[in-house]
Amino acid sequence: MGRYLSTLRIFWIASLTAELEYKANFVIELVATAGNLVGSIFVLSLFYRRGQSLGGWSWEGALVVLGVYTLLEGVTSTLLQPNLSTIVAHVRTGSLDFVLLKPIDSQFWLSARTFSPWGLPGIALGAGLIGYAAWKAGASPAPLTLLAAALMLVASLLILYSLWFVLAASSIWFVKIWNATEVLRSVLVAGRFPVSAFPAGLRAFFTFVVPVAFLTTVPAEAILGRATGPWLLAGGAVAAGSLVVSRWFWQFALRFYTSASS
Amino acid sequence: MRRHLRQRLAHARRIAAVLLSSQYAYMLEYRAEIVLWALSGVLPFIMLGLWSAVDASGGLGMGSLQLARYFLAAFVVRQFTIVWVMYTFEEDNLTGRLSPYLLQPVPLVWRYVAAHLSEQATRLPFVAMLVGLFFLLYPAAFWWPSFSSLLLAVLATLAAFALRFLMQFTLTMVCFWSEKASALERLLYLPYLYLSGLVAPLALYPEGVRNFAFWTPFPYMVDVPARILAGETVPVLQSFAAMAAWAALLLPINLLLWRRGLRHYSAMGA
Repeated sequence: MGRYLSTLRIFWIASLTAELEYKANFVIELVATAGNLVGSIFVLSLFYRRGQSLGGWSWEGALVVLGVYTLLEGVTSTLLQPNLSTIVAHVRTGSLDFVLLKPIDSQFWLSARTFSPWGLPGIALGAGLIGYAAWKAGASPAPLTLLAAALMLVASLLILYSLWFVLAASSIWFVKIWNATEVLRSVLVAGRFPVSAFPAGLRAFFTFVVPVAFLTTVPAEAILGRATGPWLLAGGAVAAGSLVVSRWFWQFALRFYTSASS
Repeated sequence: MRRHLRQRLAHARRIAAVLLSSQYAYMLEYRAEIVLWALSGVLPFIMLGLWSAVDASGGLGMGSLQLARYFLAAFVVRQFTIVWVMYTFEEDNLTGRLSPYLLQPVPLVWRYVAAHLSEQATRLPFVAMLVGLFFLLYPAAFWWPSFSSLLLAVLATLAAFALRFLMQFTLTMVCFWSEKASALERLLYLPYLYLSGLVAPLALYPEGVRNFAFWTPFPYMVDVPARILAGETVPVLQSFAAMAAWAALLLPINLLLWRRGLRHYSAMGA
């Protein structure tokens, strides 16, 4: 475990130094993230300005959902996207051979090798929005609420990671799978809104097929102190299940790996 | 003089045919990828889900059929106005692939235009299938636009594509000076996403925002063609004039930057 932590530190310092060569990007990312957040809040306001609500959620509650989404987007551009996008290239050029030979777990290496600071503004803005909106909504920072919120956020991160990893790992069979993560990204946009705002068919799709509900709505409920036992349990179970599946899927996919352009 | 002109026209037609057919063959090789790109344009359908749920509780001023048709039309328009020249150009520039292209006696921009048009042609059957699936799931929303509005919608979509291409290609010129210019496209995409009508028909925007939006080129890229296709009444002449005005503004900037950039170009990197 200690070995993994110290390698992680070396990995991230190295990638941070490389990324900081492009400092102007930080300003662009900050403006883009903030602009995107303003745009999303504007779209939300389109629903609320007629005095209507989205699936029974208050304005502040919907903002918490948006905050969780922004946070997840930030994590995606900090860790998931920069790391998992390289699996495709490793498979195509056969350099996955070298990854597999390293005396470290290959899934860990592929998932945590680089760290891109450009998603940090998203994480900060998302956390800020969650805090502000939860305070406005009158959520109390009771220890039990905080614990449930933290657990559900971790669960949602694990689910998001597993979704990305399984898709990226499919490139062992289909080298050209990378666009599939764009499809995933575009479907996850639905997570900007509480899942109860969708018509019944889509709601079922976003709960059982692509678990968008567990990514943003359930953590938001937990933050607002409204999470009920069954949902917390379901969130934890889905997270644990998807993590196990991603682990198993990687072992299974590796059996089909036959070096370059397999 | 006339013979000369005719010869040049015939030559241009031959080049266009070769460029288009070779790019089309190339894109067909990547059809699986293009299908995935097409699928990643589901945003209008997600927004349709939200708006129709709100509409069910009443008081939007827009019927549910009108909403469904608008968002389906917006999806189709978006599919045929997607522009990615910046990413290709950036890669060609960084890898030095630009140099052999520049030596060819055809202006480089036509190669990219041909690539975009061929990619759209590759998308066409798949988009048609998705539209069919939509009507299968939601038969009440079925409509067939009149021939004149269909023709107008195709023209407006082509004009929207041309304008968006011109806009992004102008920004692409920054690649000559910077290695990571495509980050700028993220900034340009923001007003496009929120003002073009991809997330909601502009009719549902507050009046002030809507009036402001129509002073920008963005509503003409999705909202206007989509409304024409959905059979709504649109000030057609005024819209085409606005698109032409924006193109007339961007074209000289584009040409100027292109000349400057070429002079600055050093075959590899930025």
